[in-house]
Amino acid sequence: MGRVNLDAATALAWLRAFAGLVDERAGELTDLDRPIGDSDHGVNLQRGMHAVVAAFEQEAPDTAGAVLTKAGSTLVSTVGGASGPLFGTLLRRTGKALDGGDLASALRAGLDGVVKLGGAQVGDATLVDALTPAVEALEAGRSPFEAAEAAAEGAASTEPLVARKGRASYLGERGVGHRDPGAESVVLLFTALEQVAA
Amino acid sequence: MTAVAKLLDDPADAVTDALRGLAAVHPELSVDLTQHVVSRGDERRPGKVGLVSGGGSGHEPLHAGFVGLGMLDAAACGAVFTSPVPDQVLAATKAASSGGGVVHIVKNYTGDVLNFQMAAELADDEDIEVETVLVDDDVAVTDSLYTAGRRGTGGTLFVEKVLGAAAEKGLAVAEVAALGRDVVSRSRSFGVALSPCTTPGSDQPGFDLPAGEMELGIGIHGEPGRRRVPVPATGVAREVARTAVAAIDEDLPLAHQDLLVLVNGMGGTPLLELQVLAADVVAELDARGARVARALVGNYVTSLEMAGAMVSVCTTTPELLELWDAPVRTPALRWGV
Repeated sequence: MGRVNLDAATALAWLRAFAGLVDERAGELTDLDRPIGDSDHGVNLQRGMHAVVAAFEQEAPDTAGAVLTKAGSTLVSTVGGASGPLFGTLLRRTGKALDGGDLASALRAGLDGVVKLGGAQVGDATLVDALTPAVEALEAGRSPFEAAEAAAEGAASTEPLVARKGRASYLGERGVGHRDPGAESVVLLFTALEQVAA
Repeated sequence: MTAVAKLLDDPADAVTDALRGLAAVHPELSVDLTQHVVSRGDERRPGKVGLVSGGGSGHEPLHAGFVGLGMLDAAACGAVFTSPVPDQVLAATKAASSGGGVVHIVKNYTGDVLNFQMAAELADDEDIEVETVLVDDDVAVTDSLYTAGRRGTGGTLFVEKVLGAAAEKGLAVAEVAALGRDVVSRSRSFGVALSPCTTPGSDQPGFDLPAGEMELGIGIHGEPGRRRVPVPATGVAREVARTAVAAIDEDLPLAHQDLLVLVNGMGGTPLLELQVLAADVVAELDARGARVARALVGNYVTSLEMAGAMVSVCTTTPELLELWDAPVRTPALRWGV
């Protein structure tokens, strides 16, 4: 599988599928957040994705880049906490870089935006641990399915880690053994991509 | 599991409904029920530095209860335990702006920092000069090089009160911000939970705390603390006072210092217990050669119905004490007027 190219309709389907997965798994994401955070990751992301879907029902942008950019801005304006700025920046930067380029390089721009904003690196037990291998998989020309698998492995890799960023970092060693909920949400984002790009 | 009973009408509207109540009983405040922004309704001197704070709801009276003469000009209230979004912070910044620039007082939590940072950029686009004071007073986070840094907790009240007085006095925005950073550097806090709290709409507390155990080094979002120890059979307040003061003193030597002291309830602890703790904290400070210049005891920076307390101190100077004593008229803090 070579470059993944997105048109506006596929981008809309991707985000709607992501919103659907977040709806299905919101309770699970919140349960992941309970031992290490303040048990609201699922609820917050769900609120944001509902707003994204509602925004598209009012007006659907006509390029894939504009779809992702609008979704990102909507998340920043509705989610709050750290997830809003981070997932919002991921989608917004990806959207801005997308039109004319392929998805892998656009997602790299999104990842760079997240790293710049949150300051987390791979190994800090954050969403970056799932996002980085997924983006690398697409850059290497692998399929969305393989990218989703790479994200899942990355999310699982956060379990034995001591978190260094975000609220989980305050627990120190007590956070070990718990999967980062933001990383798990990244898995859902790539699972949704796999569903629509198949 | 049965949902914890809460005195609410609809858990989803908890923040809006609470702000509606605040507006109903404080007509002197201006309450934006759409943006969840509370601001001063009175006339402010043109050019006065505006003070804005905010964060997740669930910490009442922080921050909306501290809006008024001599303290905040506006507060942005996020969802429960979730920082406000940049649009809300921008709305609060505009409400607080009277031409002299605005100081954002931000508790050091990743979400608060990111959203205030984005809001500061938006304010800059509208030609409002914003300075940020980051509050990170929590000594429970010891290895701050390897975490998101110390949390902002009880010390936030010292910063908001002192800067409120400084802004009324006519200091410029850079001076107010510099003073804020000085107050932060002098402030330390340590918190203990005797029971966890449950966010509205949730059927489970934020963490499980078996009877007979207490969490040391908690933050203010219902998250677990740094470690868990057995509750002693007797002298619980003494033990908490000793632990908190020792942790603070180790980080910021207190001997021969004049202190502002806050014995802060987390929301679910009666004043009777907080007063017992206050007596033990003062005794503990005395024993270490520190002097209590001013003290506050009560629920100021809370975590819903969490039982427990947080001890905060700020080393003072005569100038800081004068600013602390300056008049303040807000829903939750009021003196000198």
